[in-house]
Amino acid sequence: MKEFRFALKQTFPIFFTYLFIGIAFGILMTEANYSTLTTILCSIFIYAGSMQIVMVPLLQAGASLVTIAIMTFFINARHLFYGVGFIDRFRKMGWRYPYMVLSLTDETYSILCSVQYSDELDQKKTDFYISLINQCYWILGSFLGSCAGRFLPFDLTGIDFSATAFFLVVVLNQIKQYRSKIPVLTGLVSAVLFYLFLGPDYFIIPALSVSMITLILLKDIVSKKMEESYEH
Amino acid sequence: MSTDFNLMISITIIALITWLTRVIPFLLFGNRELPGLVKYLGNVLPPAIMVILVCYCLRNINFTGVPGCLPELISCAVVTAVHLIKKNMYLSIIIGTVCYMIVIKLSIYNLLFQF
Repeated sequence: MKEFRFALKQTFPIFFTYLFIGIAFGILMTEANYSTLTTILCSIFIYAGSMQIVMVPLLQAGASLVTIAIMTFFINARHLFYGVGFIDRFRKMGWRYPYMVLSLTDETYSILCSVQYSDELDQKKTDFYISLINQCYWILGSFLGSCAGRFLPFDLTGIDFSATAFFLVVVLNQIKQYRSKIPVLTGLVSAVLFYLFLGPDYFIIPALSVSMITLILLKDIVSKKMEESYEH
Repeated sequence: MSTDFNLMISITIIALITWLTRVIPFLLFGNRELPGLVKYLGNVLPPAIMVILVCYCLRNINFTGVPGCLPELISCAVVTAVHLIKKNMYLSIIIGTVCYMIVIKLSIYNLLFQF
């Protein structure tokens, strides 16, 4: 139970993000005349925020299956990079392993790679609860948006900034935590360069790929610097 | 009837390909001892990925016009400042988000007053 409470606390920043983007998705689906059941099935089985929102106009326009498949791959291709750090951690998790892999969204990834455990917590249970609670927020948001989105009494425009704020906080913590500043600088420089050259829609995959290649090339320098930090 | 069927096929394909992008790293390295390079990448990629994700969230900001990128810039600065001073992630996120929600409202007001 203490694992569940800890997970609830860790996922709290994502609560607002997922609830609100989920509501936005639910409203979109209802306006496109898709049922609440379809909306919830999407949030259970697809569970990828930006993809689900892009998907609605595609479905409505009757885009071909090939187009849909290619779009899905490119929009979600950033996930290819997320698993690398979690292979050992997830495969020890038994029956939870497949769920942990399939539910690794941007937000869950950022919590799992920044969370600090105390010794008394069962890490496997906590990781699982973090993933599961996040998806529950997402499903709840989609359900609310689909059923009652248009009757919301208050204006929540801008609350999706909570995701940006959360990612930024994780970056600030990592800058402090990592002895070598090369990883964060590599990411920043490649993101800005590719953003300037390729524009907002296409920069993320080249930026991720070039960061990975750069970090591989700089392995000796970065590892040396990182090991220093363990000695202190 | 056939549109329902098409819809289900489309959703299934989206789900399967989303799963594929998440499963590939585990399929490649999941069943053997991790090579040193992959361990190293697992260790150093997160800061690079996270900072790219921040840029990804900010990708649609306007660099021209009113209010332009001011709401995002101000709110990111607020998040950073609060976090460096108070070192409490919840506080930084809440204050930053509330600040953003207020600033975008204010800029809409300013626009209205100009007309």
